[in-house]
Amino acid sequence: MSGAALTATSTVSPAATAAVADGRPGGAGPVGRPAQARARRSLPSWRRAVSPVALLLAWELAGRSGVLAEEKLPAPSTVLTTGARLAGDGSLWVHLGDSLTRAGTGLVLGGTAAVLLGAIAGLLRLGDDLVDPPVQMARMLPHLALVPLLIIWVGIGESLKISLVALGAFFPIYLNLYAGIRGIDQRLVEAARTCGLGQLARLRHVVLPGALPSLFLGLRLAIAAAWLSLVVGEQVATDNGVGFMIMEAREFSQTDVVVLGLLVYAVLGLLSDLALRFAERRALVWHTGLRAT
Amino acid sequence: MTEPAVTAPVLTARGMRRAYGDAVVLDGVDLTIAAGEVVALLGVSGSGKSTLLRALAGLDPESGGQVQVRGRTAVVFQEHRLLPWKRVADNVALGLSGRDVRARVAAALAEVDLAQRGRAWPAQLSGGQSQRVAVARALVREPELLLLDEPFGALDALTRLKMQDLLRRLRDEHGFAALLVTHDVDEALLLADRTLVIDQGRIVQDTVVRLAHPRDPVQPGFGRLRRDLLDRLGVAPAGVPA
Repeated sequence: MSGAALTATSTVSPAATAAVADGRPGGAGPVGRPAQARARRSLPSWRRAVSPVALLLAWELAGRSGVLAEEKLPAPSTVLTTGARLAGDGSLWVHLGDSLTRAGTGLVLGGTAAVLLGAIAGLLRLGDDLVDPPVQMARMLPHLALVPLLIIWVGIGESLKISLVALGAFFPIYLNLYAGIRGIDQRLVEAARTCGLGQLARLRHVVLPGALPSLFLGLRLAIAAAWLSLVVGEQVATDNGVGFMIMEAREFSQTDVVVLGLLVYAVLGLLSDLALRFAERRALVWHTGLRAT
Repeated sequence: MTEPAVTAPVLTARGMRRAYGDAVVLDGVDLTIAAGEVVALLGVSGSGKSTLLRALAGLDPESGGQVQVRGRTAVVFQEHRLLPWKRVADNVALGLSGRDVRARVAAALAEVDLAQRGRAWPAQLSGGQSQRVAVARALVREPELLLLDEPFGALDALTRLKMQDLLRRLRDEHGFAALLVTHDVDEALLLADRTLVIDQGRIVQDTVVRLAHPRDPVQPGFGRLRRDLLDRLGVAPAGVPA
């Protein structure tokens, strides 16, 4: 049975926590076999919770007893108390809102550019020849290494953070959309033609839905890249946002706030991934159905 | 719509040509199909039979020749080619418009005995069911000419027999003309009014099949026609070296 539990989650490593959190044995799990799924959910789920809970308890005890110095790593309960305090006085929400705005703006800008260019390169031969080579070359550059250049170009203000997020989000979406469009079975396009579908109708009924799974994959990777870019961006000359909160707390040795900031980043990543998985399950019913049968 | 004259051809093709580089696959094929006529196009692998069908269907922009089709055409491929992201009924309805689409789709699905599966996803169907949906998708367009590219070639032998029977029944009810590309001599003789053999890009034999319906491989005359076709296709009788 433990072997079965392993297979249920090992296919989706970054989403494994999400899969446990929503009570299902992973997106790839056998939805069509309720009896097995139930057995799988009840037995191993508590077993898989044992080690995280034990670690948390050990951390808490070490913190309380003074084995872990307060300024090195405060106990989880201290972090939570700090979280409640900062949430209570509203400062946590302000920082969170600023970070979310940056991430959202960057994602929308980078994502729009990626979808436009990906579609042009994927659909048009000329677009492929003109757009894809420079993008493929630029993708070899780790975008976080562009920070010094970006500072020269756009300054150290808000545009820097948004540019970083947009750059981080651009490549996964572009590459996956491009591959998704290219990977569409031409025989299906041909069949649609024999059914009298014009170019626009083929785009809508064949190309778009066919590329959607890849687009979702790109979006998931893009969101992960967006958070990463934000973490880096918010460490440069900022006076708001979760990153600023962490940097400021470091200067005053408020380790509890630092850890809280990290926790916030983790929760943001988890929540965005969950939301996207939910949207994906709604939009790609046929796809999940395929995996279930 | 007025009933077309029996002799008016539904398809006229002249000088069909296609070459891939230096390799000539179609070498000036002329073909006429009368309204309601079922023509089987036989040939060994690489003889150009599928290339001809694709050219006639307008799916090959590189092919040369003149094709005139009177009325609607529909194509059934060897693979079902259903869109996996559309339910069965939406696949059948692809490209249709009008208020009665749902009723027409339901009728077409009922004709292939899949009235209950309209809400299913293609991935949930068996190979034979998927191919029946593909037939329904062609049928719902009320074609005057049905182009079939080895439509049952990927099915198991039993399913294939049932599909051949279904096709014959639908032909009798709807009266469409059909061009059936196949490498199965029995299938050709069971279904066709006329058989063509294509070899190296040319039609080398054109035979009218005068067998009474319903046909059966054991009925008189079937075996001789079968032998003729197999000879023409270069298949020697069992035990005789070619």
